[in-house]
Amino acid sequence: MPRKVLETELQSLKAQVLRLGDMVKQAMLDAIEALKHRDIEASQRIMDTDQQINALRFDIERAALVVIATQQPLAHDLRLLASILDIAGELERMGDYAKGIAKINILMGDKPLLKPLIDLPRMAEIATTMLEDALQAFVHDDAQTARAIPQRDDEVDALYNQIYRELITFMIQDPKTIDQANYLLWAAHNVERMADRVTNICERTLFTVTGEITELA
Amino acid sequence: MQPQIAFQQTDTTDLAVKMALNNLSVYYKDFRAIKDITLPVYEHRVTAIIGPSGCGKSTLLRALNRMNDLIPGARVEGEVLLDGENIYAPGQDVVDIRRRVGMVFQRPNPFPMSVYDNVAFGPRLLGLRKKAVLDEIVERSLRAAALWDHVKDKLGQSGMALSGGQQQRLCIARAIAVEPEVILMDEPTSALDPIATLNIEDLIQTLKENFTIVIVTHNMQQAARISDFTAFLSMDDDRAGYLVEFGPTVDLFTNPKEKLTEDYITGRFG
Repeated sequence: MPRKVLETELQSLKAQVLRLGDMVKQAMLDAIEALKHRDIEASQRIMDTDQQINALRFDIERAALVVIATQQPLAHDLRLLASILDIAGELERMGDYAKGIAKINILMGDKPLLKPLIDLPRMAEIATTMLEDALQAFVHDDAQTARAIPQRDDEVDALYNQIYRELITFMIQDPKTIDQANYLLWAAHNVERMADRVTNICERTLFTVTGEITELA
Repeated sequence: MQPQIAFQQTDTTDLAVKMALNNLSVYYKDFRAIKDITLPVYEHRVTAIIGPSGCGKSTLLRALNRMNDLIPGARVEGEVLLDGENIYAPGQDVVDIRRRVGMVFQRPNPFPMSVYDNVAFGPRLLGLRKKAVLDEIVERSLRAAALWDHVKDKLGQSGMALSGGQQQRLCIARAIAVEPEVILMDEPTSALDPIATLNIEDLIQTLKENFTIVIVTHNMQQAARISDFTAFLSMDDDRAGYLVEFGPTVDLFTNPKEKLTEDYITGRFG
């Protein structure tokens, strides 16, 4: 098959997107773990990792632009590259959510958690698994899986609502907890946003495969 | 969902069909070079014909102004309508058809005469003799071909002395001089350097305001850059060229309907 150079570049870019996804996933899980154990040092490390995530995102962008400029991709190849540019941006923003949670842990200082974290790690687990599956679907042109993944967002939303209600109850019962509860609410919100952005990745996969922009719920 | 930014026309409802091919087949003796091609050519639009070597692109183009008549053993089945009239119908004036449907070739082929005489050649052939009228036609044609400023002081100089890109623009001016309605271009930039190529491409964009253009090109990026509609031809097992897909260029190059088109435009053909 001709177009070895283009093919090699596209495969390499897909691999870099998966690598970026792994970094983001790990950053999110680490951020929640650090929050759970109130590990400030770990949170500091996550803040540093975010710079690597940003750097890789720009590397991917640069590489994709070079392929567009030198290989004149069309049709599926072109849609794939457009999606890679978009997804690299989505992943970087997800990295920011992880960083945000790390920052919250640092801001909370030496105050203890209101209660042991159970639902939040569960949320992060689901969201990061969704992310992993979405990226696998993307690199394998798997439209069917991409279409199904956003449905799992309901679980994330349900957990978020549960956390929200719980934290509101804390705040009503004891206004002294408002500070702490708000921090946790932000953390939960960040995870919820991450899962939302997984849907955008799935939309890009459908676009890459079919050429249609479809809004997934 | 309708796109918010319409950068290229894909809706054909308001477009007039200047030429229409209906089940067109062209034979060279027993060999069928193209078969059953049905395709519209929209007025004031650029239609590109792309496809692998030997698929009949040039044959198709030449069928649009009966240039194939000059090849012994060539014959045509089906119709080519120009403003609704079949140019292959008995009694059609071939000279008039070729005036209305002009042609520009792959290699610039100025006649071995002056720039002026090259452009005035067609009008003179049609019987025009008045100097003032010819002067006006020569200037207008050379202006339309974006060549006037380069040659206005050397109209008496040989057309062969111009650069390759200028020679091709001279040939375009020569084609325009007889006021055609359609201009056929057979790989008009394949013998030109990149800058001359882009100049001709710019010129094509200007020309389509007054003419309808059909261009055969081997360069898919060129088709993507300059055409409004693209026809992709391929070859069957019997080596006859057939139409795989026709549509707005923007659709054909971003999301073709046929797998064969996708394979061809992404360079994974064969």
